[in-house]
Amino acid sequence: MSKTAEIFETMEYGPAPEQADYVLDWLQGKPGGFQHFINGVFTSGKSGAKRIDSFNPATGEKLTEFPAAGKEDVDAAVAAAKAAFPAWSALSGHERARYLYALARLVQKNSRFLSVLESLDNGKPIRETRDIDIPLVARHFYHHAGWAQLLDQEFPDHEALGVVGQIIPWNFPLLMLAWKIAPAIAAGNTVVLKPAEFTSLTALYFAELCQEAQLPPGVVNIVTGAGETGELIVNHPDIAKIAFTGSTEVGRIIRKQTAGSGKKLSLELGGKSPFIIFEDADLDGAVEGLVDAIWFNQGQVCCAGSRLLVEESVAERVTEKIKRRLAAFRIGDPLDKAVDMGAIVDPVQRSRIEQLVSQGESEGGNVWRPDIAMPETGCFYPPTLISNVSPSNIAVREEIFGPVLVSMPFRTLKEAVTLANNSRYGLAATIWSENINRALEAASQVKAGVVWINTTNGFDAACGFGGYRESGFGREGGREGMVEYLKLRKEWTDPEPAAPQLELSTDASVVEIDQTPKQFIGGKQKRPDWARTLPVAAHDGKYAGRIAHGNRKDIRDAVEAAFKAESWASTTGHARAQILYFIAENFSKRADEFSRRLVQLTGVTKAKARAEVDATISRLFSYGAWADKYDGLAHSPPQRNVVLAVNEPIGVVGITCPDAAPLLSFVSLWAPVIAMGNRAVVVPSERFGLLATDFYQVLETSDVPGGALNIVTGPHAELVKTLAEHDQVEAIWHYGDTAASTFVEEASAANLKRVWTNNGRGRDWKSPSTGEGREFLRRASEVKNIWLPYGD
Amino acid sequence: MNQTNVTTLKSRGAPTPDAHGDIARNPGMPLETDWIDAIRVNRSAAERRITTLAGRRTVKKDWQAAWLLKAITCMDLTTLAGDDTDGRVRRLCAKARQPVRPDLLEALGVEHLNITVGAVCVYHVFVKTAVKALQGSNIGVAAVSTGFPAGHTPFETRLQEIKASVADGASEIDIVVSRRHVLTANWQALYDEVKAFREACGPAHLKAIIATGELGSISKVGKASMTCMMAGADFVKTSTGMEAVNATLPVSLVMMRTIRDYHARTGYKVGFKPAGGISAAKTALQYLILLKEELGDEWMTPALFRFGASRLLGDIERQLEHHATGRYSAANRHPMG
Repeated sequence: MSKTAEIFETMEYGPAPEQADYVLDWLQGKPGGFQHFINGVFTSGKSGAKRIDSFNPATGEKLTEFPAAGKEDVDAAVAAAKAAFPAWSALSGHERARYLYALARLVQKNSRFLSVLESLDNGKPIRETRDIDIPLVARHFYHHAGWAQLLDQEFPDHEALGVVGQIIPWNFPLLMLAWKIAPAIAAGNTVVLKPAEFTSLTALYFAELCQEAQLPPGVVNIVTGAGETGELIVNHPDIAKIAFTGSTEVGRIIRKQTAGSGKKLSLELGGKSPFIIFEDADLDGAVEGLVDAIWFNQGQVCCAGSRLLVEESVAERVTEKIKRRLAAFRIGDPLDKAVDMGAIVDPVQRSRIEQLVSQGESEGGNVWRPDIAMPETGCFYPPTLISNVSPSNIAVREEIFGPVLVSMPFRTLKEAVTLANNSRYGLAATIWSENINRALEAASQVKAGVVWINTTNGFDAACGFGGYRESGFGREGGREGMVEYLKLRKEWTDPEPAAPQLELSTDASVVEIDQTPKQFIGGKQKRPDWARTLPVAAHDGKYAGRIAHGNRKDIRDAVEAAFKAESWASTTGHARAQILYFIAENFSKRADEFSRRLVQLTGVTKAKARAEVDATISRLFSYGAWADKYDGLAHSPPQRNVVLAVNEPIGVVGITCPDAAPLLSFVSLWAPVIAMGNRAVVVPSERFGLLATDFYQVLETSDVPGGALNIVTGPHAELVKTLAEHDQVEAIWHYGDTAASTFVEEASAANLKRVWTNNGRGRDWKSPSTGEGREFLRRASEVKNIWLPYGD
Repeated sequence: MNQTNVTTLKSRGAPTPDAHGDIARNPGMPLETDWIDAIRVNRSAAERRITTLAGRRTVKKDWQAAWLLKAITCMDLTTLAGDDTDGRVRRLCAKARQPVRPDLLEALGVEHLNITVGAVCVYHVFVKTAVKALQGSNIGVAAVSTGFPAGHTPFETRLQEIKASVADGASEIDIVVSRRHVLTANWQALYDEVKAFREACGPAHLKAIIATGELGSISKVGKASMTCMMAGADFVKTSTGMEAVNATLPVSLVMMRTIRDYHARTGYKVGFKPAGGISAAKTALQYLILLKEELGDEWMTPALFRFGASRLLGDIERQLEHHATGRYSAANRHPMG
C-alpha cells in the first residue's frame, strides 16, 4: 500500500518542518561564537576568556557560544551609552521616530529568520514565534516610533533619564528586548541591555539590525552574560534607570541593590495568575482560552493563567473538556508547524517543574496528564493538570513556570475573587462569563495589572502591562509605559536640611488648658501605645505643646485600621471629592488658628503663615477637583477589542512628611493619596507634629471615614522602619535624608512596595507644578488594563 | 430509544473501513429548551480558536495528498443553478464517479481506493436524472427539497416536495429551516418543522440547513443546530450557498461543538456539512483539521462529514497533480464536471 493510501486510512498528521538551514548557516558563519555589541560595533570583550554555551533545548545540541561580560565590558558599554546620550536625547522626536520606524521595518523584513532563530534558541514552537513573538516585536517598534514622534506634544514637561540598564528574561527573548528598547530610545534614553544567558541569539541578530538601521553608535549596547553581568549593570553608578523582567526573587535583590542610588526602577516579575470560569461562560471557548493561558510557551509565561478557578456547578464538565482537549495535544520539535508545545528552555527549569509538581502531589494533589506521544530526547514536559488542591498546596502558591495548571472550584463571585486575590502576586487575571455585569464586577475586584475578559494573554504595544503587589511595579506599553522612561524636568530642589531640634527653654504650659496629644487611628483619637509623649518646642525654644510618642504598635494599629477601611477604595470619586472639599471648608474656618500655630512653630511672619494656610486650602480644593477627574484611558490595540486602562487605588500607603512648609507638605502628601481611594498612614514632621494633631480635629468634623486617613506622631526613625517593613503597606512616600531613603527602599523589597522617596532632596511645595498634580496622582494609583473583546 | 426508528447509515463513496462503519441514526428526542437556553458562544473566542488553529496544525506532502483525497470522498458535488439541465447533471454525475484522473491516482498509489465523491446534490427535478446516471456506483443523490433556498413555500408543499424527492430515489434530503423561527427564538416551531421533515424523509437522511449567515448572532447557530438535532436531523449544514455569507470556520466550530455536546448527552453522532464558498483545497484542509480537532477521527468519514461544493474539486485535482509530478497544474488538464 502506498504511503498516501495508508494515511488515507489513518488520517494522521505528518511532519511539517520549518526550514532552518539558512539560520544555522548564519550561526556557523561565526565560528568563534558571538561578541558584545558596544558603541555600534561587535567586540569580543576584554574581561578574560569566560564564554557561555548556547544550546538548542529541543535537541540538547550546542548552537554557538558568546562571551560573559565582565566589569570592563559593562563599563565600556555604559560609557558608550553615556557618550551617545546627549546627542540622541537632543534629536527631535521625529528624527528618533525615523530610526524606530526603520527598526520596525527591519524586524518585519527579517521576520521569518528571527522566528526560526528564536525557536531554535528557546525551544518555543515556530507557530508562536512566527505568529505572536515577532509580529509583536515589529508592532512595538512601530507603536513607539509614534511615541517618539509625539513626545514633545504629549509629554511636554518631561525629559529622558540618561543611560538605562535593561535585563531581560529567556521566555520571550526578542519580545522582551523590544518592550525594553523601544520605549527607552523613543524617549531619548540610551541603553545597555543584557539578554538572558539561555537565549541571547536574537538580541545579537537585532544588534546587526541596529547597524543596518544606522542607529547612532552607543544608543543601543548589548552585552551578554549571566547574573554577574546583570549585577554589574544594576550597580553601575552611571546608569539612571534599571528595567528588569524576571523572577520576583531577583527583583527583590535588584530593589535592594539599587536602594538609595537614585536609580529609577521598573520590575516586571512573577505571577500565579487566576483563570476564572463562571458557569455562564462559553465553556469550550474558556477551555481553549486555558490552552492559550497555561499551555502557551510551555507555561513559561509570567502572566500564565496557572490557577484555574471554576464555578462548582460546571467544574466537572470543564475538567472533562480540558482532558479531551489535552488528549489531542501534540508536543514535539518546536520547528514543526503542527505542534502545540515545544521544549522547556533548559533542563534546570524542567527539574524545577518536576520538583514542584511532585511536592504538590505529595501534599495531596491529583496529578493528571494526557496519554500523548512525547519526544524521546530533548527537554520536554507534558501538559499537566493538578486537582484536589487548596490554597495551602505548594503547587497553588508557587509560580511553577511550566505547563502545569492547578484547579480549584468556587461557589460565588465573592469566593472566586477571594481565592484569586489570595496570593502574593498580582500580575494578570482572566475571567470568562457571558454576563458583562458579572465579568466587570470580578474585573474590578481582582488585584491584577492586566485583566482579560473572555480572552487571555492578549498583548499589545498600545496597552499597559505590569503587576500589582509582588509581581512588580511600573508598566510596559502604552502611555503608562512611556512615563517609565521619562522624568519631570523640574521635580526636585536642593536638599533642605531638617529643622534643627531646639532646646526647650521651659516645659510648662501656662496660657491654655492642657491638651492631651493623641494619635488619630481609625477615625478616633487614640492614646499612644506606651502612653508617652514628647515635648515640642516653638521656634524660639519655648514650650509649644506635646505630641504623642508613637511606636511600632501604633503603626501596626494604624495600618490595621487603614486596611479595614476598604470601603474608601470603592467610594465614588464624587463622594471623595465632597469630603476633600469639606475638609477644606472646615479647615478654612480655623485658618487663623493654624496661622498662629505656624508662626509659633516655625517663626515665619504672619503673612507667610497665612499664605501657607491659603495654599493648603487651595491644595485641598485641587485634590477635591482631581478626585473625579484622574481618568483612565481606552487603548486601541489592533484587535476587535476595547482595552480600558483604569486607575485604581494601590491600597494602604505610608507617608512620612518633611519639615519644609510643614502644613502644606503634610496635606500635599496625603490629599492625593486619599483622593485616589487609598488609605493613608501619615507620620507628620517630627518637629512640627502639632500641626497634624491640630488637623485631626478638622478631619473629625469632615466626614472622613474612620481609617481612611490615620496620623501617627513620633520619632521618624522608629515609625518609618515599621512602616517600610510592614507587608500590608503597599506603597510608601517618604521624605527624609538619603540614609533614610536608602533604608526605606531596601526594606520595601520584602513585599515590593511602590516607593517614592525624596532621596534627601527638597521640593517646592508652593508651586502648583511641583507641589501637586498628575505626578502625585500617578504615584497614588495602579493602572489596571482590562481587555474586553466584543462581537456577537 | 425507539428501535424502529434506528436504521444505519451505509456510507457511500470510497470503500474505506471507516466509511463502511455502521453508525446508529440519530432518532431525535423531545425538545429540551433548557439545553438550548444554556448554549453560550463567545464570538471572539471562536474566532481566536480558528485563527490559532491555522498555525497549530497543517498537513504537508503525502499527508496533504491523502487528506485531499479524503476531502473528495466527503464531497457533495453540487449544482444548484437556474440554468441546470439534464445534460449538465449527467456530466456532473460522470465527474462524481471519476473525480480524479486515473493516471494521477496511479501515481499516488491509491487506485485501489476507488475514490468517488460522497454524493451528488441537485434540485428535486433532477433527482431522477442523477439517480439514473449514478446507477451501480454507490454514490447517493441528495436533493434540496423544501422551497430551497428561502423555505417560504407552504408547509404542506415542502412536505410533498420531500416525499416526491424520496420517491424519485433521493437518499439524502437537504432541507432549509425557517430562519424566522430562529430569529424569533421559537424553538418549538423549529423543532416541529424539522421533525415533520424528518418523518417525511423516511429512510432518506435529512440534512438541516440552518443558514448561519442569516441568524444574526453566533449563539443562535449553536441553538438552531441543537434544535435540529433534537428533531432528528442526520446532518446539520451551514448554508444554502445562496446567503451573503455562507460557510465560515467560526460557525463550523460552533456547529461541531454542538454536535459534540449532543453526542456526549445522547450517544448519537450527527454529521456536519459546511457548504458555500469552499473552493480552495487549502480551505478544505482547514475544515478537515478543525473536524479532527473538535470531533475526532470518528467523524472523518463521508457518513458524518460532507463538503457542499461545486468548484472545490477542480482545485483539489490541481493540487494532487502537483503532488504527483512536482509541477504546478492547469485547470484544463482535468476533465470538467
